[in-house]
Amino acid sequence: MGLTLAEKIFLRHSSKKRLEDFVYSNIDFCFANDITGPLAVKQFYKITEKRVFNSKRIAFVCDHFTPAKDKNSANNVAFLRNFSLRFKIPNFFDINQCGIEHVFLAEKGFIKPLDLVVGADSHTCTFGALGALAIGVGSTDLAGVMATGTCWFKVPKSLKFIYKGRLSKWVSAKDLILYTIFKIGVDGALYKVMEFSGPVIKSLNMEGRFTICNMAIEAGAKTGIIEPDGKTFNYLRRVAGLKLQGLNRRLKSDPDASYEEIYEWDVSNLEPQVACPHLPSNVKPVSKLSSVKLDQVVIGSCTNGRISDLRVAAKILKGRKVKSNSRVIIIPATPNIYKQALKEGLIRIFIEAGCIISPPTCGPCLGGHMGILGKGEVSLATTNRNFIGRMGHPESFVYLASPAVASASAIKGRITHPQEVVG
Amino acid sequence: MIIRGRAHKFGDNINTDDIIAAKYLDSQDEKFLGSKCMENIYPNFSKQVKKGDIIIAGKNFGCGSSREHAPLAIKGCGISLVIAKSFARIFYRNSINIGLPLLECKEVDSIKDKDFLEVDLSKGEIKIVGRSKVLNSEKFPLFLQEIINREGLIAWLRCNLKERRNR
Repeated sequence: MGLTLAEKIFLRHSSKKRLEDFVYSNIDFCFANDITGPLAVKQFYKITEKRVFNSKRIAFVCDHFTPAKDKNSANNVAFLRNFSLRFKIPNFFDINQCGIEHVFLAEKGFIKPLDLVVGADSHTCTFGALGALAIGVGSTDLAGVMATGTCWFKVPKSLKFIYKGRLSKWVSAKDLILYTIFKIGVDGALYKVMEFSGPVIKSLNMEGRFTICNMAIEAGAKTGIIEPDGKTFNYLRRVAGLKLQGLNRRLKSDPDASYEEIYEWDVSNLEPQVACPHLPSNVKPVSKLSSVKLDQVVIGSCTNGRISDLRVAAKILKGRKVKSNSRVIIIPATPNIYKQALKEGLIRIFIEAGCIISPPTCGPCLGGHMGILGKGEVSLATTNRNFIGRMGHPESFVYLASPAVASASAIKGRITHPQEVVG
Repeated sequence: MIIRGRAHKFGDNINTDDIIAAKYLDSQDEKFLGSKCMENIYPNFSKQVKKGDIIIAGKNFGCGSSREHAPLAIKGCGISLVIAKSFARIFYRNSINIGLPLLECKEVDSIKDKDFLEVDLSKGEIKIVGRSKVLNSEKFPLFLQEIINREGLIAWLRCNLKERRNR
C-alpha cells in the first residue's frame, strides 16, 4: 500500500525501513520563542550542560512579549541570548531582526520541503505549506531535541481535504480554513495530519497556503501539509533565496495512500466566514453577523500578517476612513514585510485611513500586549484563536476573519462583507 | 500507584488559555502558575483545590497553544491527575513529559463534581467512593508507559543517554 506525504517524511527521518506505530525521528530544525524557550533551556540543563546536538539547527525567535512588555519579558529574552552565546547558537533573533516566527523562519529559508521540523509553538504547523512536516511541541520535548537531535512520535493517520470550484471575490484561504474547522470541529483532526489539496489549493499563492496550514492546530491536528509544487519552489527561490537541487520535486502522496477520511467540497458558493466567540469552530457566514459592533480591529499575526494580506487590506482601506470610535491596529508580521509595505505605499494608506501600525509582534493575538481588550469590548481579528479572554479581559469577545472582512468591518465599525464597502 | 482526591468537573474543549492565561507566561514558576490556574473561567479555582485532587473533563482537554505552563499550572495548584474523554495532543505530550498523570476515560459523565475518587494508575481503574462504581480507562501504549514510569521525559532521556554511553 502507498504512503501519504507525511508518512514518507517520517520514513526519511527514521532509521527503519518500515514505519511502526511509534518512531524516533531525526530532526532537521527546531525552534522556540521567548515564552517557550526559557522553559526549554531550563529543562535542557537538567539533561546536559555540555552541548547542543547542532548549534546551527536551533533557533530562538523572540516574538511573543516583544518588544519587551515588562521586565520579566526582557529577562526572558536576555536569558535566551546568553544561552545562545554560551552554546554558539547563531540563530538567536530579537524582535527587530525577526518579527513573527512562523512568517520569519519561512522567509529566511530555514525550512525546506520534506524537512522534519519541531517548534515549541502550536502554530509550527504553518510550515506544512512548504511540504515540510512541521510539528508543534512543548518546552520539554524541545529540550530533548536540543540535546539529542531526535524526538519520538506516534505516526499519525492523515485526513485528506479536497477543495473544488472557484472562490468568489473576497473569499480567501482564511475563509477556507474557518469553513473546514466549522465542518469538522475543534477536535475533528485530533492527533491526525490534515492534507490540503485540490484545484483551489493549487490556485492559492504560498501566503494563502501558509494561512490554511497555520490553523490546522485549531482542528486539533498534529500538523497540516500541502504537496510542494512549482509555486513552492518559486517561493523558496524568490523569497528565501534557496536553490533546491537534488530534492525530488515530484514528491507527493501515493495515489493508493491510505487516509482515514477524505473530505471533498465544492467551495464556489462559499461566502466570507467569521468565527464567533469563543471557539474557532463557531463559524457563521459574514452576512449573518452585520449587527455585531466592534471596538477594535486587528490585522496581523502568523495567520494573516503577510504582504498579500496587507495588500488586500490596503485595497479596501485606500481613500476611506475607519469608523471614528473603533481602534484599528495593523501588524506587519516581519521587518521585511513592513519594508515592502512601506515601499508599496500601503503604510501611508493605512495611516491616512486612521489605522495605527504596530511593530512586528504576536502582541494582542494572545493577549500579550499592544491591543488588549477591556471588559465587554469586542474585536474582530485576522488571528487564529477566540477563546475566553484570549485578547484580554475574560469578558471580552473576539471574532476571527480574513483581512478583507477585517478591513471592511474597520470602515463600518461593525462586521461587514467587503462588497458592501467596495462593491 | 493509588491516587485519592476530590473531583473538579469541567466541560469540553478546555483550552490552554483557560488553564493559564497568556499574561502569566513570563513566569516558569510552578507554584505561581498554579495560583492562576483556570482563572479566566473559574476565578479562585486554585483555592478550592486540596492537594491530590483530580480534574475531570470532557473531550479535547488542553486544546490550543503549546505552552507547557498549562500542565505546570495544573500540577502547581495541587492537582494530581487529569481524567478526560480525550486530550489535545501537545497538552498530552507535555503532561507526560513533566510527569503529570493523565487518563483517558469515555465514561467520565458518571462522575459528579466533588465526588471522591480512588484511582489505580497502573490498572487505569477509577473508583467512585461511596457509589461502588468502577470506571475503566484506556491503556497507555508500552512506549509511553516507559516515559511515565520514569515520571517524565527528562529522567527517561538521561537514562537513555547513560545507556548509550555505557554500550
